[in-house]
Amino acid sequence: MAEQTIRFYQVGSFAIGNRLVDPQQRTVQSDRNRWNSLTSGHRACQGCGQALGARYVLDAAMAATDGQMIVVNATGCLVAFSTQFPESSWRVPWIHSVFGNAAAVGTGVAAALKAAGDTKTRVVVVAGDGGAVDIGFGCLSGMFERDDDCLFVCYDNEAYMNTGVQRSGATPAAARTATTEAVGREPGNAFGKGKSLPLLAVAHGIPYVATATVADVHDLEAKVGRAMELRGARYLHVLVPCPLGWGTAPEDTIRIARLACETGLFPLFEAAYGEILHATPIRRLVPVEAYLRPQRRFAHLFGDPPRTDDIARIQGIADRNIRRFGLLGTDEEGGQR
Amino acid sequence: MLRQIEGSRAVAETVALCRPRVVCAYPISPQTHIIEGVGTLVKSGRLKPCEFINVESEFAAMSVLIGASATGARTYTATSSQGLLYMTEAVFNAAGLGLPIVMTVANRAVGAPVNSWNDHSDAMALRDAGWIQLFAETNQHAVDLHIQAFRLAEELSLPVMVCMDGFTLTHAVERVEIPTQEQVDRFLPPFEPRLILDPADPISIGGVVGPGAYAEARYLAQARHLGALARIPELVDEFGRVVGRQSGGLVSSYRCEDAETIVVALGSIVGTTKDVVDQMREEGTKIGVVHLTTFRPFPEAALAEALEGAHRVVVIEKALAAGSRGILGADVDALVTNRGTRTLTVVAGLGGRAITEGSLRRVFGEAIRGELGAVSFLDLDREAVDRELARMAADASTPPSVARVFGDLRAPTARIV
Repeated sequence: MAEQTIRFYQVGSFAIGNRLVDPQQRTVQSDRNRWNSLTSGHRACQGCGQALGARYVLDAAMAATDGQMIVVNATGCLVAFSTQFPESSWRVPWIHSVFGNAAAVGTGVAAALKAAGDTKTRVVVVAGDGGAVDIGFGCLSGMFERDDDCLFVCYDNEAYMNTGVQRSGATPAAARTATTEAVGREPGNAFGKGKSLPLLAVAHGIPYVATATVADVHDLEAKVGRAMELRGARYLHVLVPCPLGWGTAPEDTIRIARLACETGLFPLFEAAYGEILHATPIRRLVPVEAYLRPQRRFAHLFGDPPRTDDIARIQGIADRNIRRFGLLGTDEEGGQR
Repeated sequence: MLRQIEGSRAVAETVALCRPRVVCAYPISPQTHIIEGVGTLVKSGRLKPCEFINVESEFAAMSVLIGASATGARTYTATSSQGLLYMTEAVFNAAGLGLPIVMTVANRAVGAPVNSWNDHSDAMALRDAGWIQLFAETNQHAVDLHIQAFRLAEELSLPVMVCMDGFTLTHAVERVEIPTQEQVDRFLPPFEPRLILDPADPISIGGVVGPGAYAEARYLAQARHLGALARIPELVDEFGRVVGRQSGGLVSSYRCEDAETIVVALGSIVGTTKDVVDQMREEGTKIGVVHLTTFRPFPEAALAEALEGAHRVVVIEKALAAGSRGILGADVDALVTNRGTRTLTVVAGLGGRAITEGSLRRVFGEAIRGELGAVSFLDLDREAVDRELARMAADASTPPSVARVFGDLRAPTARIV
């Protein structure tokens, strides 16, 4: 198979780890000899957050396992853009079965390795939000409950992008999708629906749960590293903006992911055995409007007249997250700021 | 060793002799005794190394085996009825990926109306899933077919479904000889996967295939199925040499020489039919029965040969294909119709309704006298059905009511002659 060497700009930016920092602090992505588990030449859209997330996560996991890893992939964009017969962008052993069963396939891979006495090879299961939150949830919950030795990674782009941007159980309130159009008195996705899969994962009491985004590679890679140090069921939820579905500029993917955290809409936290251990404080709190306005899926909130009521409700969601996870950190007396 | 043993227990012990590395199942009657048996054999350490995994659904069970098989493990599960339908998407997927998974289907009716007794609705619903489907006539047959199934699956890279009648076989205690470990090991070599997820040699399994190659991929599945038709009889011979018993194969004929009437059936009903054939032969009727051990791939040539010379073929169909002339019936009819042989489909034994010798004698007699329609229903309470149909015709707003039909039925036990 023809392979392309990694270009200088792919390892030099701040976003992927800054080659100017101390060697120990550099990211896996900044290494020109990184695994490149998902190599270039695939058919993802420009600025695809999932393509970035998949490579960041899997390269970090490959580094943690010294390349002894098998990847299971649920149906979705990632399968569609990375494999078109007879080509494949995968440089790891990779299997795709169907949409809803990735976690169970992962269980099977882990069981076969265990039965063969292979304690070195590790299993990483990857899925979009549809394959994790919705159709894949039964198998995922079963995998969690049995504490099977798999890391399950959900690349959350908050809708069914592969089929043309339809609503999923991870679609945020007010967001326009092809099945929650921006029409009627309550345009976009209804308020009060959807579920937090990270918190559902925490409720299963599994050894490790974390959230991350593609905006902070250091944080993302550190969480993958911690997950791979542990055995049993582990869950990593990665927010991956989708320029096509969110209506954002391809070059804004990282900025939008960062804004999701800085508004409090996407809390970054780590949990173990049912307990939330740590949430990343917001360094520069911004109002939700700064996150919503650049996205066409929320454009109907900024029409004439603007839907200040809906924007306020979304701000309320962010404020609740900030309180619940302590996202403003603590002051010197230990109280919340 | 010849033992008096329950069918499920015999299958469980046989599966263990085949040394699966990963067994995964979700409980459903009447499959339960099989997986309980395998589970106990794993937990007690008699079957090792083996991972026995209790999952949250049949869909997960098949999916676990897809992952395990692609990682090089010999894999096994068992299910029935609703369970088989619930795992359908993964059943097709396992065949498409060419994974040699072996699954017992303890055949059971499919709801609604919910019914946990035997018929073949479940296996028939998935006849086009790409799996080889073998039907056991007896529990001895079931034991032998499971051993052959692993060998066949792994040689052809195709999953194999071994169908055995729920309760009628799974819960029947009868004499069965389970081969020794040494015999099974001699017949069934360790699994050497053709396709394996291995970090040392990374491959992509299950990628997208567009219009440019999909038809070719599907054709290869067809070719492997046709290959099975050639391989199955050879494996029967080899099995016979190792175990000392002829068992399995494509079709088996009983007293079909010079037969004018040949009955075709799948599964345990063939035993009762053989008794009826014996009785009718004694009375001078030229009748025989053919058991289709291999239903998919459909053994056209072997079956056509077995039916050579018959004036009429009576197909016993333990499933209802609503709106059509029957599944097995249509398959058989396509084989014999252009040589002037009549096919008469008898839908029988639905939802565990007993198929008695008396009823079979009566229906075979009607077939011979030319009194039987192309499709008929054995022992159907015609009066109750007609009353309900009349009621529905009189008042179109009344939904069909199973409860009301039941109210009209006499006690089923009173009907067994």
